[in-house]
Amino acid sequence: MTKDVFVFVEQRDGTILPGGLQAITAGSELAGKTGGRVVVGLVGQDLGALADKLDGSGAAVTYLTDDGALADYNVLKYTRALVGQIEKADPQIVLMASSSMGRDLAPRVAIRLGGGLATDCVELGLDDAGTLVVKRSIYAGKATNNVHFNASKIQIASVRPNTYAAPEGGGSPAERVELPCAADASDDRQVTKEIARTGGGEKDVTEAAIIVSGGRSLKNEDNFKIIAELAAVLDGAVGASRAACDAGYQPHSRQVGLTGKTVTPQLYFACGISGAIQHLAGMRGSRRIVAINTDVEAPIFKVADYGIVGDLFEVVPAVTEAIKQAKAG
Amino acid sequence: MKVLALVKNVPDSTATIKVSDDGSGIETKGVKMVMSAFCEFSLEAALQFKEKNPGASAEITALTVGPAADVSVLRMAYAMGVDKVTHLCDDLFKDIDELSTARVIAAGIKDAGFDLIFAGKVGIDYDSGQLGPALAQCLDWPHVGAVTAIEWGADFKSATVRRRIEGAEEVVEIQLPCLLTIEKGLCEPRYPSLPGLMKAKKKPVDTMDAAALGFSAGDLSREAAGTYVSEFSPPPPRPPGRMIDGEPVEAAKELVRILREEEKAI
Repeated sequence: MTKDVFVFVEQRDGTILPGGLQAITAGSELAGKTGGRVVVGLVGQDLGALADKLDGSGAAVTYLTDDGALADYNVLKYTRALVGQIEKADPQIVLMASSSMGRDLAPRVAIRLGGGLATDCVELGLDDAGTLVVKRSIYAGKATNNVHFNASKIQIASVRPNTYAAPEGGGSPAERVELPCAADASDDRQVTKEIARTGGGEKDVTEAAIIVSGGRSLKNEDNFKIIAELAAVLDGAVGASRAACDAGYQPHSRQVGLTGKTVTPQLYFACGISGAIQHLAGMRGSRRIVAINTDVEAPIFKVADYGIVGDLFEVVPAVTEAIKQAKAG
Repeated sequence: MKVLALVKNVPDSTATIKVSDDGSGIETKGVKMVMSAFCEFSLEAALQFKEKNPGASAEITALTVGPAADVSVLRMAYAMGVDKVTHLCDDLFKDIDELSTARVIAAGIKDAGFDLIFAGKVGIDYDSGQLGPALAQCLDWPHVGAVTAIEWGADFKSATVRRRIEGAEEVVEIQLPCLLTIEKGLCEPRYPSLPGLMKAKKKPVDTMDAAALGFSAGDLSREAAGTYVSEFSPPPPRPPGRMIDGEPVEAAKELVRILREEEKAI
């Protein structure tokens, strides 16, 4: 086992996932402490241009498994390719984004490699013996704990999106190591038939730097347009409370909270959301929270950095207008 | 067809979570334990598979891993309508990590001949989501995670499922045997009836302990595991917020000024 940190950099359709780049930053910090190097892995088809983009990110080596059979994500093929890269690199630590792909792959890779695994980590460091230790949020954000790893096994962790910034760049180009795709006929037991965009190509809440969420007090689907307008001027994503999703005002894919998504944007607007525990579970890790609500006693104001007590139907369009004016001025 | 649904007891989502004084875990005394929300979705998906596809002649088994007290989640599964339950029951299973749990389940169902396994996308306690994919890997089965729709193929030899990813849905064709982890939105879990709950108390529970599954105390020890958890603490408090007063238009302008000039957030 080397002291290197291997980072799986996720891509889809020739686009690198922001969380994959952020994991390189986490990897660089850890490699500074282990005394090893950061090495990265790309899996897919036509990866040359993406490897160029990773040059200067701090990685010493870029492992590439580039094959037409890997054009679409297939968990069996990607597990096989990733395990091949990691066995070649022989790192102490493996990182990836806690994305839908990362959540799918990490447990399978950990079983294959006989390693330890912690998912969706919000802090990563080393203990006194130089072994990985991470912090996670548990019980719907009502507690945190540390996960310690077994020093004799490979240490695998997925990193919560937006926990680290993307690498600044400016480093040296990475050495490239191309590995063959060792796909097996049994991998065709599953086939990706189609990727259906939802929400008209709008941003997903887990990837957005700014999220504007609405609650049941929007009263219907149509009224959500004032939420969408604010999100649009901020280049952000639309989110919703469970109550709003259960009432059918927004699809479940936009639900923020316990049975929805956990989000950590730079800025989170909670509009007409009272702040039930299950909603706070999904958004209390946001860097800045703005709450707009008629009820001054609403629990959302306890976690908000900025609060406006007022009718969201008046305040939200006023905020949208003020941003437009500020941008124009 | 033999269908398995994995279920797990977790503290009720509305329960107050208190970290123990020494930070070694959370206080469980007096905390109401219920079936994890995503396990309810998964169990419901299994029950609907049986009810909507009589041609599959499905038999549904619910399985949990944990100490004796966790039998309550299996009674709930009976009350919701499963045919059989299995409890992989041992105090040694109490604090094992999810990858070890996957290995224990794989050993427990090795000879049971299941065709299809439903699991929740995550447990709402540790919010970790390792178990389903890890079990599929232990069994060398394909799996699809975070499933929001299922269409069964001819003779139930395959399925076309939709899975939620960032800003899109993947449509995946998968051959059985396979494991599916269930996302919210696929189905609404049913409430068990009172007579169902009463009857569930008397139904048989198939039980296997660690030794019967071929695991020693050493195999399941902290030293042998890939990870262990410690240093539990309450979430870091957020600093007190600032209320912005005034008429909507004025308050909105002030908010935008702060977010631009002080926070540089927009």
